[in-house]
Amino acid sequence: MKNSDCILEMINVSKTFPGVKALDQVNLSIKKGSIHALMGENGAGKSTLMKILYGLYTPDAGGDIFFDGQPFSPKAPIDAIRSGLAMVPQEISPSANLSVAANFYLGREIKKGILMDQNAMNNQTNKILDELGIPMSVETLMQDVSVAKAQLLAIATAVSYNAKLIIMDEPTTALTESEVHQLYRIVKKVQQRGIAIIYISHKLGEVFELSDEVSVIRDGQYIGTKKTTDISKEELINMMVGREMDEMFQREDVTIGETLLDVRHLSLPGKFEDISFTVRKGEIFGIAGLVGAGRSEVVEAIFGYKAAKSGEIHLHGEQIDIRKPSDAIQHRIGFVTEDRKLTGLMLNMSVTDNMIMPELHPYEKNHLISESLASDVANTMKQQLRIKTPTVDTIIGNLSGGNQQKVLIARWLLLEPEILILDEPTKGIDIGAKAEIYKLIVELARLGKAIIIVSSEMLELLSLSDRVMVMAEGREVGIVDRENATQELILEMAAGGDVPAVQEQEMASQCQIKGVA
Amino acid sequence: MVKAMAATVRKTHYTEILNKYGMLLILVLLFAALSIKIEGFASLRNVFSILEQVSMFGIIAIGVTFAIVTGGIDLSSGAVVALASVVGATIVTGSEGYGMAIFAFGAAMFVGSICGLINGSITAFGRIPPFIATLGMMTMARGVAQLVSNGRPIDASSDAFTSIGDGSVFGVPGLVVIYVIVAVVCHIMMSRMTFGRHVFAIGGNVNTARICGVNVELTLLKVYVLAGALAGLAGAMLTSRAYAGNPTFGNMWELDAIAAAVIGGTSLAGGVGSVPMCIVGALIIGVMNKGLNMLGVDPYWQQIIKGMIIIGAVLLDAQKRKKA
Repeated sequence: MKNSDCILEMINVSKTFPGVKALDQVNLSIKKGSIHALMGENGAGKSTLMKILYGLYTPDAGGDIFFDGQPFSPKAPIDAIRSGLAMVPQEISPSANLSVAANFYLGREIKKGILMDQNAMNNQTNKILDELGIPMSVETLMQDVSVAKAQLLAIATAVSYNAKLIIMDEPTTALTESEVHQLYRIVKKVQQRGIAIIYISHKLGEVFELSDEVSVIRDGQYIGTKKTTDISKEELINMMVGREMDEMFQREDVTIGETLLDVRHLSLPGKFEDISFTVRKGEIFGIAGLVGAGRSEVVEAIFGYKAAKSGEIHLHGEQIDIRKPSDAIQHRIGFVTEDRKLTGLMLNMSVTDNMIMPELHPYEKNHLISESLASDVANTMKQQLRIKTPTVDTIIGNLSGGNQQKVLIARWLLLEPEILILDEPTKGIDIGAKAEIYKLIVELARLGKAIIIVSSEMLELLSLSDRVMVMAEGREVGIVDRENATQELILEMAAGGDVPAVQEQEMASQCQIKGVA
Repeated sequence: MVKAMAATVRKTHYTEILNKYGMLLILVLLFAALSIKIEGFASLRNVFSILEQVSMFGIIAIGVTFAIVTGGIDLSSGAVVALASVVGATIVTGSEGYGMAIFAFGAAMFVGSICGLINGSITAFGRIPPFIATLGMMTMARGVAQLVSNGRPIDASSDAFTSIGDGSVFGVPGLVVIYVIVAVVCHIMMSRMTFGRHVFAIGGNVNTARICGVNVELTLLKVYVLAGALAGLAGAMLTSRAYAGNPTFGNMWELDAIAAAVIGGTSLAGGVGSVPMCIVGALIIGVMNKGLNMLGVDPYWQQIIKGMIIIGAVLLDAQKRKKA
């Protein structure tokens, strides 16, 4: 079965977890020196497959894996790395207190006698970064390096292991549009060195831009492999979801009512300054900007997670005081946070517990929480949002990302919110679940709720929002109406913060530009 | 595929049940083995004697379980036992009547609560890790106990007071009755009340707990006050049984309490634990102590065996979490 053209062959690989067959006889062949995209919905089994290759999971008996022509069964990541297989995880976690070069050589430091050879490590790191075209000082502490740069460094580290195959797990999740293009350049340079790449992604654009071949798995089963040049977007989507779907979400119109939320001159020094906007009933209000523009901080302040220093928040025309999340909850404001792991999930608790936490008293009988009442409500939500989980008592850590996100949305729906804030609601979520979440958001708007969405995905913002506020470096650049909003306009506003002089007049007619301090 | 899923679901149930009740099984086996080996081990008298021993550090273990479930710890409980015992004895010494006896119990719990309040305040508002906060309290409470008592035992031989520790209700020793009451109340608090759910939420993910509107500081404060009050109660119980208060009481009890919680499957990472399992953990320690004693095992060896069991329990817990 060994094919000399392939760096990696997986034949009939399966993996069973308690209660779930995560992979069912999956086949995958990666040609030497090619970029191979791996696609599939959340929970399809992509990560499981990659973890098997990286020695983190042991596959069920009965399958075969060949790497570079040899049978391959890594017991730990170090085995994989030694064989020439490196991984760039979705969420990289470098040692923040060490320098770039120190992180680069972590665990395999170059030594001179018993001491580390700092110069040699710096020089070597510099050399590789130069070759790949990543400009940066190797003595910078990792904590001062942006997420995007850290991602590029992780790729460079993988290259320096003399890897023959590098797995990249959704490398663009945390990156902005311009950073993504830099990443593409680096990925192509890596390929030019003869290194094969497995590129896991949810984004169709990336797959067509980068990959030579694309494989799809769905529900733990291998669907097929195609040359990227031989397949259309529609065909690829059909392979992934197994059903027809429009590429871009078409939302229906919703009648917009009176002003519900009125934010005036909200400021938190160092994070954002003088943010003012209103959101009306039934309106979907988008907030755009580059990573670090202060978007998340603004919504965190509205929810009271990190309260603003000055400014006013009015609800129903009355000023309200929000200092902590429980204030916001009392005013029926819900908040799906950006980082599921950090601020969303209680990983070792059940689906039910995760859902009901913001407000426990509806489930109380005689001051005691009624488990049956709580699981009834959780079951209703499970059906409504079509959450895939064996039971509502399942520990939420065992669910896929998309389903975890649905639980978190359900958490705030149970509050019957008037305002729902969603920060990156579809981050790391597959197309199928995305569309469901979009439909849900529009449905909530129709019910008269005011929705605020922070997103780095331009298409998502443009297709959902009635109006989009653009932020740059903590300032409000302007608010653009749905009819006038284009990707180019918003990107330009987000990138500079300043309005390009040539276009100023044209743009002034399109949007209300705020005075740029 | 459906069939395969069904099979794995069934298998899950077995491992889940084993995970959940494994320690209970070990307790039963341990007790059965010792009953066969030692004549009279399973006698009612011996069982009550074990339960009396267990009741005191078992009550502390319940408080410590709350702290550990939030992701914290309480190292001060042994010292709080000493302080509470000295305070209780000082009040009750030379007095008579149930009024003073109950007052002494109340005062002991109050002193414990104050220690807990300080632990909780430093942890919640000072953002000092509870390990450090309660380590400091451990030294301080022991010091205050020595100071108050001049380093000497204090007589507590009031009839009313000692009858609580020595007496019995329908044949069940008083200390065991107190343990049962505390366990039932705390179990309900932990598993069925908002407070308990918030305790789990904080241990599960403190950021999320905040986002969900949980008053993290107040909840932590309550947890450490509860742990302190229960340590104080244990101190009063010990005093009433020993007929004296003593600043050396409760030495290393905090470790037995933590061990009981951990053997019962409370995860030091937070978010996992329960009162019934904490009782099972305490009983395992109690049965083992008694059994090894009656077998005449060298006390030095007893310590070594206990240590191994604690490490074994934590290894088991780590194994479980790795699988999950």
